[in-house]
Amino acid sequence: MSDDHDDHDDHDGHHHPRAVSPIEQRVAALEDLLVEAGLVDRSTIDRIVEMYEHDIGPMNGARVVARAWTDAAYRERLLDNGTAAIAELGYGGPEGGHVVVVENTGDVHNVVVCTLCSCYPWPLLGLPPNWYKSPPYRSRVVREPRVVLAEMGCELPDSVEVRVWDSSAEARYLVLPERPAGTEAMSEEELADLVTRDAMIGVARL
Amino acid sequence: MSALPVAVPHEGADAPPRNNGELVFAEPWEGRAFGLCVALLQERRLRWDDFRPHLVAAIAADAGRPYYESLVVALDEFVAALRT
Repeated sequence: MSDDHDDHDDHDGHHHPRAVSPIEQRVAALEDLLVEAGLVDRSTIDRIVEMYEHDIGPMNGARVVARAWTDAAYRERLLDNGTAAIAELGYGGPEGGHVVVVENTGDVHNVVVCTLCSCYPWPLLGLPPNWYKSPPYRSRVVREPRVVLAEMGCELPDSVEVRVWDSSAEARYLVLPERPAGTEAMSEEELADLVTRDAMIGVARL
Repeated sequence: MSALPVAVPHEGADAPPRNNGELVFAEPWEGRAFGLCVALLQERRLRWDDFRPHLVAAIAADAGRPYYESLVVALDEFVAALRT
């Protein structure tokens, strides 16, 4: 594995003047043609591009978590075989790796890292955040998870055991956060809205 | 927002390149071209399968050409076909 997939993370929005390549011109011309012909709305294109940059995944994971909170049998299947249980909801894909779900409790807090590269349960969480790929997170969360978690705003009492899970091509971990108190009356859909990406990586609590 | 509004294949010659499951765009125009394609399918209420023959043909026509260059060629032809 290499870090070369970081190369496209260029979001500075600042462009130095340079020649536009023929293919770029061609894509721009195609876009103009489609917009002018009324076949596509430019805002739809913008929205879709943003979607696969930011939004695709975390909602899938949130649905899985909300289902596990509301359906005890599903929760058991999820903890027993994450890959099969997420497939029940239509998530997954052939690109290797079993999804392993680890459950937070009052006594145990789980946090996920990929020390080798950036293995990540992408069908559930979408694109990994930049910090997940950063060498400091990858090395430090293993050595001093409590410190790293506190720095990220997740302070844990000493009584809580912290377990760090190292993702790989074979196993990609997802944290099942604790269901927040006072949410008993909420629907599965409302619960899914509470679940954040960071909680499913284990660097935040809900 | 739960997923792309159009189902996109994960395997096969016409599946976009991924790394660790993420769509990979080497340059912004690639992401734009892909977004254009998905937006067009969504707004015309078409499926990937409607676009697929054009893409497969474009890939077969020049196996050494990068995926997104073939996608642009295919999209050109697809749009031309839609407009006739």
